[in-house]
This record gives sequence, C-alpha cells and structure tokens, in this order.
Amino acid sequence: MSYIIEIENLSKDYEVGFWKKKRVRALDDLNLQVTGGQIFGFLGGNGAGKTTTIKILMSLIFPTTGKAKILGSDISDVKMRSRIGYCPENPYFYDYLKARELMNYFGELFGLDPALRNQKTEELLTRVGLDEKDWNKQLRKFSKGMLQRVGLAQALINEPEIVFLDEPMSGLDPIGRREIRELIHELREKGTTVFMSTHILSDIEALCDRVAILRKGKLAATGNLDELLSESGAAQVYEVNVKGVAAAALENELKGIAGATISAKPTGANIQITDEKDIDLILPIIRNAGGSLVSVQPVKQSLEELFVKETES
Amino acid sequence: MLNFSVISHIFTIARNTFREAVRDRVLYNLVLFVLLITASAIFLGELTAGQEARTIVNLGLSAMLIFGAFISIFVGVSLVSKEIERRTIYAIFSKPIGRGEFIVGKYLGLCLTLAVNVLIMGVGVSLALLYVGGGRLAFSIWGAIFLIFLELTILTAVAILFSSFSSPALSALLTFFIFVIGHFSASLKEFAANLGSSFTRLFFDVLYYVLPNLSLYSFITNAAHGDAPPVKMTGGAALYALCYVGVLLVVTNLIFSRRNFK
Ligand SMILES: Nc1ncnc2c1ncn2[C@@H]1O[C@H](COP(=O)(O)OP(=O)(O)OP(=O)(O)O)[C@@H](O)[C@H]1O
Ligand SMILES: [Mg+2]
Repeated sequence: MSYIIEIENLSKDYEVGFWKKKRVRALDDLNLQVTGGQIFGFLGGNGAGKTTTIKILMSLIFPTTGKAKILGSDISDVKMRSRIGYCPENPYFYDYLKARELMNYFGELFGLDPALRNQKTEELLTRVGLDEKDWNKQLRKFSKGMLQRVGLAQALINEPEIVFLDEPMSGLDPIGRREIRELIHELREKGTTVFMSTHILSDIEALCDRVAILRKGKLAATGNLDELLSESGAAQVYEVNVKGVAAAALENELKGIAGATISAKPTGANIQITDEKDIDLILPIIRNAGGSLVSVQPVKQSLEELFVKETES
Repeated sequence: MLNFSVISHIFTIARNTFREAVRDRVLYNLVLFVLLITASAIFLGELTAGQEARTIVNLGLSAMLIFGAFISIFVGVSLVSKEIERRTIYAIFSKPIGRGEFIVGKYLGLCLTLAVNVLIMGVGVSLALLYVGGGRLAFSIWGAIFLIFLELTILTAVAILFSSFSSPALSALLTFFIFVIGHFSASLKEFAANLGSSFTRLFFDVLYYVLPNLSLYSFITNAAHGDAPPVKMTGGAALYALCYVGVLLVVTNLIFSRRNFK
C-alpha cells in the first residue's frame, strides 16, 4: 500500500534563551504513515508537538533530524505544495485585505484564472458559513471564529488532495463546529484526505477514521480509532437521568447496585451505571421514590480514558 | 529555472505589497511634501527669479530623497519581519511559493511604491518650478530624480537584507548608517590611499567595495544649476544599482531560506 504522508525519524529541537542557548526537544523520533482518503486525527495534549509536526510538513520550520514525504515528494519540494492545503492554528491573515481579496490573492498564487478564483471564493466562503455581508469587510475587523472560517476556506481554494488542519474547530461556536464537521465529512466523501490536529474528543469521535496520539513529542499510539478503544479495555458507562426526585432520596437504595454513582441535578438526579442490566433494577427504585425517567444513554467515556492514558505519562 | 510561474508569483506578491503600502497610508507623506513645496514656492517670492527656482530644486529633491529614504528604511525593514511576526507568512509558504520569489516580490512591491512616490513628488516640484517661472528646470531635473529613485532601490535592498537576520529596530539603525556612510564612500577610498599601513588600507578598501557607493547618485546641487546627468553617468549608476541589488537579494535569499518561522 502506498502512503500519502510518510514521516521518518522526525525530530525537532527548539533553541531557547538569548545567550546560553538551550535545546528543547519538541518532537522525538516520530514515525508515521498515513494512507489516503481518510480523516486522520492527530491527537495529543497541549505542547505534545502537533503544531511542530505540521509546521515541519509545511516546511515552515526545518527538522533537526529525519525526513518526510507528502504525496511521494520530499516536503522541500515546492511544486508538491500546489496539491495540498493548510489552515494554521489560530490563523491570521493580511488584515488590510477583505475576505474576498484574500481568497482572490491566494487563488492567484496557485495560478487559478480570475473566473475560477471568483467562483471558488464565493463557493468556499459560503461553505464555511461566513455571512455574505462580511465578504467585503477588512480582516482586521474579523472575530477569532470568523478568521478560523476564512482560514478553512483558503486552505481549500486549490482543491487540495490533502488538507492539513491545525485545530480547525478552535474559536468556533456550536453551529460553526457542526458546519465544519459536515464540511470535513464532505471532503472525505470527495476523496480528500484530511489530516487534523485536535484535542476535542467529540470531534475525534464524530470524524476520525484513524488517529495518532502524541505524548511529549513521542508517538504514544496509532491505529484505527475503534481498535484502539477496544484494546484500551475501558468500561462502557450508561447515564440515567431522572426528574421529580432528589438524589438524596435514591442514594440508599442504589447502594445495592455495584458501580452505580449518583449526583444531584437542578431538576432531579443523574445516575451512572457500568452494566446495562442494572437499568432494570434501577427503574422500580426511581418509580417507588416518586420520580420519573427522562433518558438513558451510553457515554463513550472510553475515548476520554484512552486520551488521558496515552497523553499522561 | 526562471519560468512563467516564477514571474507570475513575483508579480502577484509585488502587487499585494504595493496594495499593502497604499492601504497602510505610506503615500500620505505626499501630502506633507506637497505642503512643503507649495509653501516654499509662495514664500520664496522675495528672492530673484533664478534663485527662487534653484532653491525649490534643492529643497524639493532633498526632501524627495529624505522622505524616500524614510520609506525605504522603515517599510523596508518591516516588509518581511512583519509577515513573520504576524504569521501571515504561514499561508504563503504552504503554497507553491519559493522563499526567493517571496523576497523578490516584496522587494519589487516596495520599489513600485517608491517609484509612484518619487513620480508624484517630481510632478509636484515641476509644477512649483513652472509656477515660479523656472520652466527649463522643470524638465531638466528628471535625470536627477531618476538617480534618487535608483539610490532608494539600493537602500531598500539593504533594509531587507538586514531584516532577514536582525530585529526591525536594529535593521533600521544599520540601514540608516549605511545610508549616511554610503554617501562618503568615495572619501573612504581617498582616505585609504593616503594611509601608510597596508592593513588599514586594505580594510578601508574592502569597506569601499562592500558599502554601496551612494555618491554616484548625488546630483541635486548640479540639477539646481540646470544640469542634467550625462547618459553615461546615469547608465553606469543604473548598472551599478542593478548589480548591487542583485547581490544583496541573493544573499538575503540565502539567509532567509534557512529560517525557521516560529
Ligand atoms: N517557537 C518555539 N520555541 C521554543 N519552543 C517551542 C516553540 N514552539 C513550540 N515549542 C515547544 O515545543 C513543544 C511542542 O509545541 P507544539 O506547539 O508543537 O504543541 P501542540 O501539540 O501543538 O500543542 P497545543 O495543543 O497547545 O497547540 C512545546 O513544549 C513547546 O513549548
Ligand atoms: Mg498546536
């Protein structure tokens, strides 16, 4: 199988300090292969080295050792970059340009003709949910979330085969996040590979086919998300929401059920159990206490556990 | 490897740099300049006709050089450093743009800004000369104006070079020193010739060849007397500027290509 991203023994030391330069290892011997046509989640806690890796792949910084290839070409190959897209972390663009002008400028750098530039600009700005009245506003007047949307739009202007998104959801409101999730899904359907860094677990769950988890610059785990979750052996948790009864009134009765915990809520109580079968035992207890059932739902706590396990040493 | 896409990248970046300068109100210095020229044209009324025109040329072209040098130095040192600091450069180099293309594009964009600036100032001075009855001077000064522009293109390249490895403030200071010393570089050579010790002589000789010889572009006093620079002088000065700028841009590119953008 051929990989579209191949990272080999990649390390990066940053030099810090003014006089006595100290070397800080941000990335430590990373090896990673990504196949095409999927959404690849690049995970890790703050300072794990995600942005460092992506910046090396974009040739914005140079690795201390190691090498990497994208689409079969070495990352130093300038021409290869016409086939990829990139949205930086907390993107910032020329603030004297209007959103439309920025898209047009970048389209021109890719050598697109004016008509196509214009068409892609309108299509993408609409697609990322930027209000049409903001298209002709200077970017200095944009909010963080609006800039993030422009950042995503500009990353797609050349219809890239792979798009690198460094925390694409940061700064977005809930509607924005849903819109961008849909956009990322659509990209995959069209055959675009998405390589995204994030630490938002629900996004990983909703989007990613495969993930790699970094811990302090080292690769801690990589693989299919479902496989990683079952390997980690974390327990499934169910959440039972009830109303019309105080948590205190149920506490005694629940002591008989192994693993059950209860917490008070403004309208009633929230019970967590680890065994599906316990639901049948809980229902009569709730009814006897005068409460009623609102919902029962499984909670994928396993992803959080996996994340915590792999990102903490 | 100079193909069409390289040229079109450079052109696109240069145009955007020009747009940035205009939107950042760099050309507003023209307002001040026009006020200065108008005021001097009006208040110099006491002098006799010939002197009046001469003073306007001296004042106008000197102001043109100083205003232009200000733009070259301050906009020049921030051309690239501002893009690194604000991280606007991330979205550029993830696209198929070489670092050299970016440097040359930014450089040419500022040169275009300077050309427009110098052109408008030149027209202002010419109009003022026509107003005070110095009709002949209004045309003969354009050779000197072209030399001023050439000098500014060199200064801009110096500013970009410094900013590729030092902070904007230090770069501005160093570029200013070069601007001042560059005007005396011919004296450096004479000075070196009179020195006894061969080592210090070598030192000043090297300095003479490394520093830009900006005295090649000083023609303001002559222009005030109605002289135009000979074609041979202008051609030589243009060739010198081309070579000097070329070398500086190559060196800038070498330094810049190795930079990590943090
Ligand atoms: N310019 C820099 N100079 C020095 N050290 C740096 C620099 N940039 C990053 N680092 C260090 O490198 C490590 C990795 O940083 P990086 O930005 O790659 O993390 P990250 O995984 O993207 O984190 P986050 O989730 O917070 O964005 C951190 O320890 C950080 O302190
Ligand atoms: Mg990061």
